[in-house]
Amino acid sequence: MSQLLEVSGVTVSFDGFRAINNLTFSIGPAELRAIIGPNGAGKSTFMDIVTGKTKPDSGTVTFGEKSASLLKLSEAKIARAGVGRKFQRPTVFEDQTVTENLTLALKAARSPWRVLGWRSKPADHARIEALAAQVGLADHLPRKAGELSHGQKQWLEIAMLLAQEPRLLLVDEPAAGMTLAEREKTTELLVDIAKTRAVVVVEHDMEFVRRLNCRVTVLHEGSVLAEGSLDHVTKNQDVIDVYLGRG
Amino acid sequence: MTRSFLTRTPSLLIFIACLALFTIAVTLAAHYGLMSTSFVKTLGKTLCLCLAALAMDLIWGYAGILSLGHMAFFALGGYMIGMWLMYARTEEIVVASLMNSGLPATPEEIQQGIASQIFGVVGASDLPAIWSFAHSLPLQLILVVALPGLLALIFGWLAFRSRVTGVYLSILTQAMTLALALYLFQNDSGLRGNNGLSGLQNLPGLDAVSQDTISLWFFWASAAALGLAYLALSWIVSGKFGSVIRAIRDDEARVRFLGYSVEGYKLFVFTLTAVIVALAGALYYPQAGIINPAELAPIASIYLAVWVAIGGRGRLYGAVIGAAVVSLLSSWFTGGRAPSIPLGFMTINWVDWWQVLLGAAFVCVTLFAPKGIGGLFDAFAGLRAPDRKGAPLGPDQGSLQEKEAVE
Repeated sequence: MSQLLEVSGVTVSFDGFRAINNLTFSIGPAELRAIIGPNGAGKSTFMDIVTGKTKPDSGTVTFGEKSASLLKLSEAKIARAGVGRKFQRPTVFEDQTVTENLTLALKAARSPWRVLGWRSKPADHARIEALAAQVGLADHLPRKAGELSHGQKQWLEIAMLLAQEPRLLLVDEPAAGMTLAEREKTTELLVDIAKTRAVVVVEHDMEFVRRLNCRVTVLHEGSVLAEGSLDHVTKNQDVIDVYLGRG
Repeated sequence: MTRSFLTRTPSLLIFIACLALFTIAVTLAAHYGLMSTSFVKTLGKTLCLCLAALAMDLIWGYAGILSLGHMAFFALGGYMIGMWLMYARTEEIVVASLMNSGLPATPEEIQQGIASQIFGVVGASDLPAIWSFAHSLPLQLILVVALPGLLALIFGWLAFRSRVTGVYLSILTQAMTLALALYLFQNDSGLRGNNGLSGLQNLPGLDAVSQDTISLWFFWASAAALGLAYLALSWIVSGKFGSVIRAIRDDEARVRFLGYSVEGYKLFVFTLTAVIVALAGALYYPQAGIINPAELAPIASIYLAVWVAIGGRGRLYGAVIGAAVVSLLSSWFTGGRAPSIPLGFMTINWVDWWQVLLGAAFVCVTLFAPKGIGGLFDAFAGLRAPDRKGAPLGPDQGSLQEKEAVE
């Protein structure tokens, strides 16, 4: 079975501390996966490795049908190859309008010269409107992103990720700071997105993970502790010991 | 639908109109003898400084890179055009004097004459290799753009590739301009050491034209350059490119994850602004008449940043207003025309105290009016930023941060 992303035998140390220890992970081209784990389990470092922010000491990370290595690419090149990342706190460009934010993310040439000559075409505008409608921001296109509520910013960021048309989405705690209604909507959106592309959700809120209803990977001390359905992993004694049992 | 370029940049037409009116007014005033030639030159030079400030605003106000070395490119542009002016002017004098000796002068004799004329002052009589192109105006004009552009490209590539940002980059740019100044101060650097290049106000072959006409020509050229640069930069910042560089200013890691090569954009903006500043310098120094390595002192680049800060970062007209207001005030205060203030126990002599006033103004602008003079236009238009004391617009009431909300 061909996987979209394959991480194998990856190890990273920061000043002697092994943040990631011989981690192996893979995800298919249209799959939703939740990664859970206590603080310091290596969830963020894992995302840093896949997106190119951190270079591992050993191991391989391959992506796509041709299993191209991501380790030699810069963050920007990995993003162009089709890996999108959403940070925990919403990072939208607050000084710019929703339209401008989405335009920035829209899949298009990224080199300075090409961007200099870029002009909005009707198709681009239609795409921006469709994306905004998908996340419920259709009425907010001319507003500055800084004026949006926290949940709306989270959605704007998700819409920006979709605009990039990535093949793999890495989402860090998407529901943080959202109201209940917003969370439900986010769940639906993520499940829907995962029908056409790979989505990895890092979350430590069990209820939210339960709603996603997908395979779960439990990280602990930089390696995979258990993998399977949420019910399966919550019954695993190791998982209970290190994570769930703690209150 | 998408709005047109002009509706997105309403200030453009107003700016161009103001610049045109100003140019016409100065031209008429000079024509009827209401304005001295030296004042026309001061205004022309001010327009060049405005052009440099415009570029500084692009790199600092929009892209968020506080370069404290851009005046090095300004001076380099001046040196490049100055080399031709000085060479061609000296050539005329040498040819004229050799004519008197009876025999027609050989090219070697002329060359030798020029070299000893120009370099006698630093005790040399050979033309250094860097003067190889000085005989040709087109080649030297290419160098005006190419040399600062190349320097910015190499320096920027080294700095941005290593992801040097913030205050460290500012220090690095300052070190660059200081190193360049110290190098040029040496007599054997080939640019006449601390004597610099002089007599640049005399255009070769135009002895018959008086300085008041030439000063107007340069004034017009400076105004045209400023207008064109304003048009071009407005177009750049109003489009997606402007959006990308403002995004880099606000959160460069995020821009990287959107697939943009942040380093590439920074390098592009750094080089582009260096070229614009160099062109401004090439227009400035023929009006100033003299250039020496002191022009590359770090303080010059800091002034550039102060102008942009006082005028208002992140808006092009702000930079122009800041540069014009501060540099004109500066020449008024330091020109000895500002009346001294006797305080009894001491006298405030503005020639000395002007810098204190400027420093205080800079501190006040930073503390109380971060938008600078340009912010007045916002106040006039009724735009006000919400006073959130620097706090972000946080989560809504009712959102939960860590725990799942319960039904």
